[in-house]
Amino acid sequence: MMERGTFRVKSGLAEMLKGGVIMDVTTTEQAKIAEDAGAVAVMALERVPADIRAQGGVARMADPTKIKEIMTTVSIPVMAKVRIGHFAEAQILEALEVDYIDESEVLTPADQQYHIDKWVFTVPFVCGARDLGEACRRITEGAAMIRTKGEPGTGNVVEAVKHMRLMNEQIREVLAAPEEELMQMAKEMGAPHEILLLIRREGKLPVVNFAAGGIATPADAAMMMQLGCDGVFVGSGIFKSSDPAVRAQAIVRATTHYNDPKILAEVAANLGEPMVGINIDEIPPHEIMQVR
Amino acid sequence: MRIGVLALQGAVREHLAVINHLEKEGSIVKKAADLDRIDGLILPGGESTAISWLMDEELEHRLGLLAREGLPVFGTCAGMILLADQVEGGNGRQLSAIDITVRRNAFGRQIESFETKLAITGIGSDVPVVFIRAPYITRVGDGVQILARYMPNGKATSSSLGFPVMAKEKNVLVSSFHPELTDDLRIHRYFLAMVEAAN
Repeated sequence: MMERGTFRVKSGLAEMLKGGVIMDVTTTEQAKIAEDAGAVAVMALERVPADIRAQGGVARMADPTKIKEIMTTVSIPVMAKVRIGHFAEAQILEALEVDYIDESEVLTPADQQYHIDKWVFTVPFVCGARDLGEACRRITEGAAMIRTKGEPGTGNVVEAVKHMRLMNEQIREVLAAPEEELMQMAKEMGAPHEILLLIRREGKLPVVNFAAGGIATPADAAMMMQLGCDGVFVGSGIFKSSDPAVRAQAIVRATTHYNDPKILAEVAANLGEPMVGINIDEIPPHEIMQVR
Repeated sequence: MRIGVLALQGAVREHLAVINHLEKEGSIVKKAADLDRIDGLILPGGESTAISWLMDEELEHRLGLLAREGLPVFGTCAGMILLADQVEGGNGRQLSAIDITVRRNAFGRQIESFETKLAITGIGSDVPVVFIRAPYITRVGDGVQILARYMPNGKATSSSLGFPVMAKEKNVLVSSFHPELTDDLRIHRYFLAMVEAAN
């Protein structure tokens, strides 16, 4: 007897990506640069978040031809994004056999009420979250990996830090609370009770939690790792910088050696210009992606 | 007994948890100096290209040397790829600690990943195992003992018994799959017995 697409198989791939960096790429050349720099996976997309933000309009799943080209170029896992709630885009990505689907707030949401029922897919999903309630709701819908939302395309780590700290704080509360208080806590957090029970049993989230949304430097990656995340997504931070290959390598090394400041000092030097950042309070409210 | 786990990237935490559960001391290996005073070493699953890129020359050299000198070493999935003599579809560096050729992502992409139960020589007839974008072995040298095989559905295999997915040569143990993702501790116990015998 052999079973595909079980939760263990889905979350297992995310476990294998721990301590690694997943990089946004828009071309086969960028995908190759990412793989050669030690990325554990690439995220294939049409435009990086910073360009989506700058150009506006409706952001959708990437062209299947482009995704397939990237899949044949690299041997590491290839992820791709679908709009929140857009199950037909997800069906297309599953037919292409991408390795992970990101139901992502970076793209324009297709459904303002519901997320995708991720249990019906064999390919695993990763979803963004700002707090524990959101993370637990996505897990209940079948997400096998969680990432902070941060604020994508800004090169500003502050929102990812906020989301990671909040999730840590809420997990500590769940672990410390007496069992009889858990149901009320579930109600207040908007977190399904059974996932909170799982957290208590395992002492942590039942799936891997990566940092994402604004990571642009090796120090950003190291900070997020020290805050307890399991790995790092870098969106615009690499290919919007002046020397992507060198920056990509530096962020990979910083993620592995996150608690060794000497190595961090070495890898943080001579990287060229980082992407230009955006202050969160200068973004018009309707352009904030994390609330999607 | 102290068991090191190569901690450059991948499923490090799971292996450490099993080692602790079996009441042995686990320690993290990121640099060559971390290899001092360990009695055995586990190379975990992860992305083999990333792990080999992150391994500096000194660590690679010392690790290869220790494996040749008889340090018990266990590689799971990406760890097996790193320990192999040759890799089909690989672009990382090889430690060549076991005389096998391995094919990367041999079962296919993530959609083909699966869990099953395997008969493993010396361990059990129903061991739960998880294969994730897993490699398998396409050639074994004379001194290599095959401990388990798996027959993929609908794939032509060189042997009617299926492809080798777990093997051992002297002090080096490798598996295509991830015993660290299950609650079954028999495979880790088997490796710890190898470590005990070597000391």
